[in-house]
Formats: sequence, structure tokens, C-alpha cells
Amino acid sequence: MTLLIEQLINGLQLGTMLFLMASGLTLIFGVMGLINLAHGSFYMVGAYATALVSATTGSFLVGLAAGIAVAAAVGALVELIVIRRLYHRPHLDQVLATFALILIFSEGTRWLFGSSPLWLNPPAALSGSVTLPGGLRYPIYRLVIIAVGIAVAVGMYLLISRTRLGMRIRAGESDREMIGALGVNIARLYTLVFAMGAALAGLAGAMVGALQSVQVGMGEPVLILAFVVIVIGGIGSIKGALYGAILVGVVDTLGRIFLPAFFRHFMSPSEAAGVGSAIAAMLIYVLMAVILAFKPKGLFAAHD
Amino acid sequence: MTKPVTRTLAPQPGLPTASWHDRKGLVQIGLLALLLLAPLAAYFLGHVYYVNLASRMTLVAMAAVGLNLAIGYGGMVSFGHAAYFGLGGYVAGISAYHAFDLTPVIGWPLAIPGSDSMLVIWLAAIVLCGLLALVIGAISLRTTGVYFIMITLAFAQMIYYFANSWPTYGGEDGLPIYLRNSLPWVDTGNALNFFLICFAGLVLSLALVSRIMKSRFGAALTMARLNDTRLATAGIAPYPIRLVAFVISAMITGLAGALYADLNGFVSPTMLSWHMSGELMVIVILGGVGRLYGPLAGAILFVLMETLLGGLTEYWKLFLGLVLLLVVLFAKYGVMGWLAGRERHE
Amino acid sequence: MKRLVSVGLGLLMTTAMAAAQAEEVKIGMITTLSGGGSHLGVDVRDGFMLAIERSGRDDVEVLVQDDGNRPDLARSLSNEFMQRDEVDILTGIIFSNLAMAVVPAAVRQGTFYISPNAGPSDLAGRMCHENYFNAAYQNDNLHGAMGAYMREQGYERPVIMAPNYPAGTDALAGFKHLYEGDVVDEIYTQMGQTDYAAEIAQIRASDADSLFFFLPGGMGISFMKQWENSGVDMPVFGAAFSFDEIIIKAVGSAAIGAMNTSLWAYDLDNEANHAFVEGFREAYGRTPTLYAAQGYDTANLILSALEKAHPDDQDAFREALREADFDSVRGEFRFGPNHHPIQDIYVREVVEGDDGQPTNRLVGIAVEDIQDVYHTQCEM
Repeated sequence: MTLLIEQLINGLQLGTMLFLMASGLTLIFGVMGLINLAHGSFYMVGAYATALVSATTGSFLVGLAAGIAVAAAVGALVELIVIRRLYHRPHLDQVLATFALILIFSEGTRWLFGSSPLWLNPPAALSGSVTLPGGLRYPIYRLVIIAVGIAVAVGMYLLISRTRLGMRIRAGESDREMIGALGVNIARLYTLVFAMGAALAGLAGAMVGALQSVQVGMGEPVLILAFVVIVIGGIGSIKGALYGAILVGVVDTLGRIFLPAFFRHFMSPSEAAGVGSAIAAMLIYVLMAVILAFKPKGLFAAHD
Repeated sequence: MTKPVTRTLAPQPGLPTASWHDRKGLVQIGLLALLLLAPLAAYFLGHVYYVNLASRMTLVAMAAVGLNLAIGYGGMVSFGHAAYFGLGGYVAGISAYHAFDLTPVIGWPLAIPGSDSMLVIWLAAIVLCGLLALVIGAISLRTTGVYFIMITLAFAQMIYYFANSWPTYGGEDGLPIYLRNSLPWVDTGNALNFFLICFAGLVLSLALVSRIMKSRFGAALTMARLNDTRLATAGIAPYPIRLVAFVISAMITGLAGALYADLNGFVSPTMLSWHMSGELMVIVILGGVGRLYGPLAGAILFVLMETLLGGLTEYWKLFLGLVLLLVVLFAKYGVMGWLAGRERHE
Repeated sequence: MKRLVSVGLGLLMTTAMAAAQAEEVKIGMITTLSGGGSHLGVDVRDGFMLAIERSGRDDVEVLVQDDGNRPDLARSLSNEFMQRDEVDILTGIIFSNLAMAVVPAAVRQGTFYISPNAGPSDLAGRMCHENYFNAAYQNDNLHGAMGAYMREQGYERPVIMAPNYPAGTDALAGFKHLYEGDVVDEIYTQMGQTDYAAEIAQIRASDADSLFFFLPGGMGISFMKQWENSGVDMPVFGAAFSFDEIIIKAVGSAAIGAMNTSLWAYDLDNEANHAFVEGFREAYGRTPTLYAAQGYDTANLILSALEKAHPDDQDAFREALREADFDSVRGEFRFGPNHHPIQDIYVREVVEGDDGQPTNRLVGIAVEDIQDVYHTQCEM
């Protein structure tokens, strides 16, 4: 029973990791209608900047700030040079251009920093584990990730519902021509939103990178997962991204653990582990296909 | 992407009627001739490598011709065509594997033996890819836009992970084809013969797509892309039209995949990966979306870049990325737009 | 279009010129220099080139191409090398799935292939070939050796874990073969998985006394970091693939204490190794990994055979390779009947180095003269 609860927390935790990544992606789509495959590159940029800066300064927090700032700056730059030419293009062109950006970012990073993975660990104060009520031991840093995920969700909710910028974002989501007519500088708004999305990806890369391998191409697996998340949740919807992320996190975690156990009733442990994990690998894609088959616009469609 | 309806409702100069009079016809015939004559020359000069390189271009082009039918003519941006490319490849690999081992592919309820005959394999690849596309398309076409892009990707990923971890046919290690599958009266092991088979496949695919787009069905497909409400008012439901086009598109790509596995003597889950889907899309765009010969131009350019840049620098993907970006941003109509000018009325 | 044609002609001309030079030995290296796992390929290449440079031979030409970790591209590059450049020897492939795509066809066409890393079971067993040599290891070697070592150290209830793909299932099978006991649990993770919280919870909930895992590359880095963070107190064992010098630097303190098996260690005490480690540090400014050592040995194996015969004389060259008449940086080295090494496998422990960074320290020998089990299936 404790194991089940622990695995549920693990699923929740994986979900918040995915949400950090998916929130920026869905924000950019919601406001500008842009599919950004290069979002994983900002994740990588954030992790690299954090790793390099915290290695030189010795402080994870400074590194984290740098990671977010660099990701935002790179995001703004990319928006100014490339992305703004794509808003009025079909999705196909957007997919292609941002696919090209992935190649440029990955290989450029390798050119600059080599192909070896970098060192990045959580700060000493946050490593180790604590005992939760019920006697469950859980890593502190993972709890911090959950907290950051919740903070981002709340922060984005407040930003969008309470601030002037949020008002413009909402206006932009529902009617792009209108806000231009109302005298809002759309170009600047878009750059800002894109940089914000990139900063969120950078934050995710820095936070999650401390628990993972900081290396070229680290953004790709998580990018695909993040897309699954926002498609399940309904593209453009922050709320959808949150629910989608948690759903994917929990389903994936439980599938990985309980499918092999389930198959053990029918076959040898080795075979069960193999078959179970093979099916577990397909599980979230099956989940996505099933959801889209019944709700073609995802669970919480933001707009048509 | 928004083209006037008149363009596609009027008969288009396609492959059989490609005329000598206009620039586009010249470019089309030139591209085909280049692809045919260069390997012929290389073969007789004794450079087998270039013949195989041309076969690779031809097959990648053929797969992209299939994808172009979905993306360019049908407006269905499939990010999962690697599924059909790879399935075609696996049909060739699995069939040859069982023919080699003398074991049945399926033992029950009726024993289906393996076969190393290309004709059998092609038929099987076309039928199976068609069936797979029918299932995937039937579900995916309920969605539109980004959702369609992503759900096709999801299905391809499902198959990719399955192939990766299913041990019977090698999992991630893939499946080697020891002897190239055979055709009656033809030595398929000969590089030039095999190239000519691939080339015939490409020409037939081009002819098929050209034929389809000139038919009433093609007109309906174009209308479904441009304005499906208008199509519906004309009493034609867009959904079945799109589904049929999607299935045909997958069949062409699947056949190319079966040949590609035979060319490499090898099939592996990489053929099913999302990078492969991405590459096929890249080729379609490079060449020019919705241009009959676009995939051909795109494939020639892509394979050449891959080969030449790869020999120059280990950071070749960086330059590949830059070229792609420039093409998407500034050469809206792809290589074909640049070589042959824009489509009329555009 | 004119440009395309002239590019094509240019290629044809370079080929014609290259063919005109005679007696030179051409080696084609296909390796992974971009994408995932590229630090392995870079090290194999650097180690290989170091040996070639040191030999001072100017009649050996090495052509290097990046396979991007893609089997179809590797296959196409092998054709390019064999048909266009007419290389005598192919080498360089890092990953087993790429080796399976390239090697069987290449050796049947009469080219030699010397593997500096991948050693899939099929190539050691039923698909072995007289022109295929593996200068590194058969994939099971390191895992099996760790099984034997853990048995000897008295661990009775290990959990074993690997990604769900052929090299992963092979690794666990290889481990179990020499461990010769029951394992508490077998866990298969997903390829490219980045979060291991669920697996760690599962391991903690079992009553295991030790953990053996095979998670190559970035997967191992992610796992080790998360493992330390979870506070599970259990000794960790693995193969060198998750503990090369570059990986443990990226893992940091979390790697310290882990034991791993390797066919080579940089602090191995023999003359050839001293010369190699010093030379590598001087040339590239970093400590070599086992991949660099394998690349270096592969080149020296080839050079030793070239002293005796030119690859055009296939039988003589093959015989010269079989003798493995070179000073391997790993000490004793000879080939079994299937052209795979019979060698000692060492145990290393990850410790804190003088600079505070984790590094490997040689502990001892896990298994002497290990030989793969597949050689009995090999008919040559």
C-alpha cells in the first residue's frame, strides 16, 4: 500500500516535471498559434547555462537564475530572427523551421561545449531525503520540483487572470487582429510571450537537469512527451497542460511498475519484465490516441 | 497553401503529358533524366557506389511522393509516415527472414510461409500499409490541425516502441536481409538492375499521383483541402475522400520502405522513428509542397547534402539545419519553385 | 542543376585519382560523432588516431565519417567506403545495432572489419566470419564478470536492471550466466528513459542486498543522480559503460563507491598503458576512457598486422591479425577461435580523486581469461 502511494507521488512528480516543460509550449501555441519543436532546445540551453554557471560560481541558485535568463534571451533572439516570420505560415512550415532549429541548436551546442555530458547536481541543502507522514522516505529535491511546478501553475494563473499582460495574452488568444487595433504592440507582446515560454523551458531544464544527464539532445525525449501532454490537455490551455501532465505522469509511472507485475501471472519473470515494459512504453501513446478518438480537441480545448 | 480552386480543377500537366514547351515540363523531364542517366554513366564507368546512392535518392523520393499526396494535395500534415515506411521495410525483412529459415510467418490459424519473392513482398507491404493507414487514418482524421500532426506522430511512436522492444525480429538491433529478395528473370543483386526497379517504382508512383489528381477524386480531394464545407454542400463527404487519399499515400510510402530495406539489406526501428518522419517532411518541403516533382528534387538535394556535408565536417547537421531554415524562410516554394517557377495562377 | 552535375563530376574525379595511388593502406572509420552517444565515438577516434600518428607511418590513410547513430546511414557509409574509396579495412562502429547493419555484408564482400567497441552475440556466434575481428570485448564479458565477482563477494539477493532492448536483455542474461544464482528481481526500463523514481521505489521495496545495472550513456547518469538523492543504502555494481571517466565526472559524488568491471583501467600498470595514458592526456588534455583505449588497441592491432602483410594478401593479413602481436594497453590479449578476445576483466571502484572529482581506481581482477559462450556456435 505504501508502495502504491509512493508510486502515485512519483507519478505526480513526473507530471509536474512534464508540466514545467509543457506550460511554455502551450502558452506559445495558445497566444501565437505556433508549433515550436525547438522548445526542447531551450530546455537544453537552460540546463547547459545552469551547469556552466553553477560550476564556475559554485552556487546552484545563481546557476538557476542564469539558466532562466539565458533561455529567455536566446528565446527572444530566436523569435526576432526566425519565429516572427512564421506566425502567418502553415503549421507545416513551422514544424520544419523549428525542426531545423533543433539541428542547429544541438550541433551548435556540441560544437561549443563538446559531446561530453556536463556535471550538474542539486544543491547540498536539497539533496537527501525526508520522512513523510506515514513513514515514507522521499527525496527532498523531488518535493522541491513538485513545489516549483505548483508555483508555476499558480503564478501563470495569476499572471493570466490578474495582470495587464495576462489580459493582453487572453485577448491575443481570442482575437489576434483586435488587440492590434486596440493599440497593443503585437510584435513586442509576441517576443515577450515567446521569451517567457523559453524561460519556462529553461527553468524546467535547470531543475530537471540536476536530476538527469545534461547533454546534447536531452530535450528531445521530453519534447515529445510534452507534446503528448498538451495535446491530451487541449492545446493552448494551461489548465489542460496541468491535468494532461499529471495524467501522463501517473499513467506512465504506474504502467511501468504494474504491467510487468501483471504479466508475471502468466509467464516467467524475465519474459514478463520484457513484455510488460514493452507495453508500458506504448501506453501513453495509446492513452493519447484513445482520448483524441473521443475528444478530438483534447480534454480542455482552449479555443477552436 | 491557399491556392485558387481553379488551378487544381483544371487539368494539370503531369508526368505522361509533361510537355517540352514549358519550363516546368523541361525541369521535370530534366530531373528524371538526371536521376536515370547519372547512375547509368556511373555504372558503366565502374562506380557502383553512385548507383546505390541514386537508388537511395530514388526510394527516399518515392516515399516522399507518397507523403506529398497526403500533405501537399490532401492538406493532411502527417508526422507519422515513418510508420508506413518502416512497416514496408519490416514486411521485406520478416518475409525474407522466414523464407531463409523455412519457418512460417504465422503458424495459426493457417500457415503463411515466408517468401523471398519481391512481388509477394511488395503486395504484402502495400496491403498491410494500407490496412494500417486505414485504422490510423480513420481515427486521426477525426481531428484537424495540430491535433492531426500529433496523433499521427503518436501512432508512429507506438509502433516504433513496439518494434524496438519486441525481441523476435531483433528489436533495436534490427533484422538483416542476407540475400536481396528476388524477381523472376532479373538479377536483383546487380546494383543497376536494382536501381532500375526502384526507378520504375518512382515513375509509377508519380504517374499514379498525377493520374489521381487529374481525376474527379483528385478534384474532390483538393476541394476538401481548400474548403470542405463547399465540398459537403456539393453532396460529397470530405472524410472518406481524405481517408482514401491517406491510405493510398501510405501504400506508396510503404512500398518504398520495402525496397529501401532491400537496398540496405537491413531493416531496423530507425526506419520507424520520428526523425524519419521529420526527414520525409523535410524532403517534401525542400522540393516544394504539392508539386508533383517536388519530392524528387527534395530527395536529390537532401541525399546530396547528407553525403557531401557528412564528408566535410562532423558538424554537418548544423549546416543541414541552416540550409533547411533558409529554404523554409525564404524559398517558400521549395526547389521546384526556384527551378520551375511558381505554379500557374499562384 | 548545373551545380548538381558539376558536384557529381567532381566526386567522380576525386575517386579516379584516389584509385590511381597504389600500395597505400586505406582504413575507413564509421563512428558516432554526433547525436546521442557521441563522446564514445569521439574517444574511439582520438585513441585510434593517436596510435596511427605515433606509428609514424605515412602510407596508412584513415577516412573518418559520422554515422549519427543511425543504422541506415552507417550502412550507406560502408558502401561509400568499400565501393568508392576502396578501403581495405573498416572499423569504428560504437553501437551493436549499427554493427549488425554493416558488418555481415561488409565482411562477405571481402573487406576486413575490426570492431573497436560493439560485440553483439550474433557476430561472436552463428554469424561469425573470418574477416571480422573484435578488439574490444564480446558484449557479455563485462556483465558476466560482474556476476562472477558479486557471487564471489557473497551477495545473495541482487536486483538487476537494464533497458528493454537487445543489448539490455543480453546484458542481464550474461550477468545471470556467471552469477549462477537467483536474482530477486529483473527490471526492464525504457530506452532513453530519464526518470527512475518508480524503479528506485521498487528496488527499495524489495529485500535485495545489492543492485547491478546496465544503463549506458545519459541513462546511467540520470539514474545514479536520482539513486543518490533517494537515499537508498545499497551497494551498486555495473559495467564500465556507465562509469567511464566522462560519465562519472557528470554524475559527480553520487558515483563514488560504485564498483564496475572493465577490460582496461587508466591506472593499470604496464608500459604500453603508461605511454598511452600520458600521450593521450598530452594530445587531447583529458584522461582517456576505455573507448579511447579500445580505439588505440584497435589501431595497434591493425598496425601490427600491417607490419607482416598487406590486406590485399587476405590470408596472410588475417593470420597476422589472429596473432594479435602487439602490446595491448590492457595487458594480456589474445583471440579465441571466433576472433573475439580472451582477456582478464578488471574491477574498478569509483573514488574521489586528488582534484576532488570522482575517478576510477583499479581494485583487482574479476575474472581471468574470460571468453564468451558463443564461440561454440561459431563455424569458421
